[in-house]
Amino acid sequence: MFRRICLSLLMSFGCATFAMHAQAPASLDARLKALEESAKAAQSAGDNAWMLASCALVLFMTGPGLALFYGGLVRRKNVLATMMHSFVLMVLVTILWAVVGYSFAFGEGNPFVGGFQYAFMHGVGTAPNVDYAPTIPHLTFMAFQLMFAIITPALISGAYAERMKFSTMLVYTTLWMLVVYFPMAHMVWGKGGLLNAALGGKIPCLDFAGGTVVHITSGISALVAALVLGPRNGYRSEPMKPHNLVLSVIGACMLWFGWFGFNAGSALNASGLASSAFVATHFGAAAAAAGWILAEWLHNGKASILGGISGCVAGLVAITPASGFVQPMPALIIGFIAGIFCFFMVTFVKMRLGYDDALDAFGVHGAGGTLGALLTGVFASSLVNPILKSATGATLPSGLLEGNSVQLGNQAIGVLIALSLGAAGSFVCLKVAAALCGLRPDADQEESGLDLSMHGEEGYNLDA
Amino acid sequence: MKKIEAVIQPFKLEDVKNALKAIGIDGMTITEVRGHGRQKGHKEVYRGQEYQVDLLPKVKLELIVASARAEEVVQTLSQAARTGKIGDGKIFIYSVEEAIRIRNDERGEAAL
Repeated sequence: MFRRICLSLLMSFGCATFAMHAQAPASLDARLKALEESAKAAQSAGDNAWMLASCALVLFMTGPGLALFYGGLVRRKNVLATMMHSFVLMVLVTILWAVVGYSFAFGEGNPFVGGFQYAFMHGVGTAPNVDYAPTIPHLTFMAFQLMFAIITPALISGAYAERMKFSTMLVYTTLWMLVVYFPMAHMVWGKGGLLNAALGGKIPCLDFAGGTVVHITSGISALVAALVLGPRNGYRSEPMKPHNLVLSVIGACMLWFGWFGFNAGSALNASGLASSAFVATHFGAAAAAAGWILAEWLHNGKASILGGISGCVAGLVAITPASGFVQPMPALIIGFIAGIFCFFMVTFVKMRLGYDDALDAFGVHGAGGTLGALLTGVFASSLVNPILKSATGATLPSGLLEGNSVQLGNQAIGVLIALSLGAAGSFVCLKVAAALCGLRPDADQEESGLDLSMHGEEGYNLDA
Repeated sequence: MKKIEAVIQPFKLEDVKNALKAIGIDGMTITEVRGHGRQKGHKEVYRGQEYQVDLLPKVKLELIVASARAEEVVQTLSQAARTGKIGDGKIFIYSVEEAIRIRNDERGEAAL
């Protein structure tokens, strides 16, 4: 009853207003403009809602996702130190990003690194940045990219786990962000970056959500860190079994969950492209888990869940650069190949070469990322994402299967740049950090575990 | 007095406890231990890295009984802990010189 009275009151008020303005109706232009504004606002609200959720999803990958995944894989005495690597990077990288990181990655500068345009968040507000993401606040875009910057160095910690001093790790990572990550992010995603496919890059390289920027750089840096540090004391003579695979399974499933933000969020809006990337991501993860499980089953006679979760992460890594460019069936193929390839890298190549990549950061992220970046050049489809345009604005073919053989070469150049920058950068940053803080803890500190020797606490106080 | 020390399969502990209780033995000390005799361990594989696990979880029981009852207790324990498969464990019997109840200094079989 009350509603009906209100409604009729409103209607009569509306009629009266209409009558008053009947003589001077708003011009068609003004009404169209108002309509456009409200349509824009509605789209912005929708896109922003998804992108803020994506930001949170991607942060969730590092903490608790990666912290649990890696934490379960180390020995009991290093569980907290390993989780601390992920957690402290949520802290450290955020501060770096706010001060200069975002500007170095996304500010306008030269083809290799951005300038100081956005330093101290100058000019980063609620108005969209039309170059990068025209429908969401610049702040949202900045925060989304920050979450990527956080997880990338955290991935490297899988290689130096159980044997790096905490102070060294902080210095190394800070330098690494400045030397490797910000420049690489600028080259691939920054306006005018060397490899940018959409914003005037000289060598357009397709990397939808960070195969080169995140996984290849972190993977190769991890390998270099493992080589520079040397193996853990007792490697191959003492058992170094994962102390709690339950934690690792939970963590890996959180990574899978968060990766929807990572890849589908990289559409930077809530469009069909986001749905496409979402599906590709999921298919890639499932197919890779199947590939690894199958390979392990055939090789060892048993299918392990550690193999399953390792495969799923390998698939997520490999599909990352391709997710916004490929159709669902190629995503299955990319994932399946990645699962088998990374199983091979971790099981045979690592054993043969003898380096101690403790938690297989290189075998999964370096190898999977490289494979994914190259396969993107094969399977990219202009039907999914018409990103390559001619001078007249016509859509050009994307991948090798569409007849664009140049793209595979461009992908290879992107991979090579990421590999060389990551390897050289990681080496130099480690040497500088070692000169400042030393590299490894003393042998007895490593023996008693980093939880106690670095942080003065233990993960499992069962007698407490 | 005899000390009977038995290393048994952990999942047989309840059966053994119940069987001993049924013949009136209610004092015992139990330790979770790891070890192996003739039983082979098993292989675990983590991302291609193989581990041979040969120390398996076992339970060790220690009980002190009057010499006259030792054989009966051993028979009961052995039957209750038996599956017939390799890895069932072993029983050892020792002579005990003295037993003392801390609460009131009772000695000998009265202290058991």
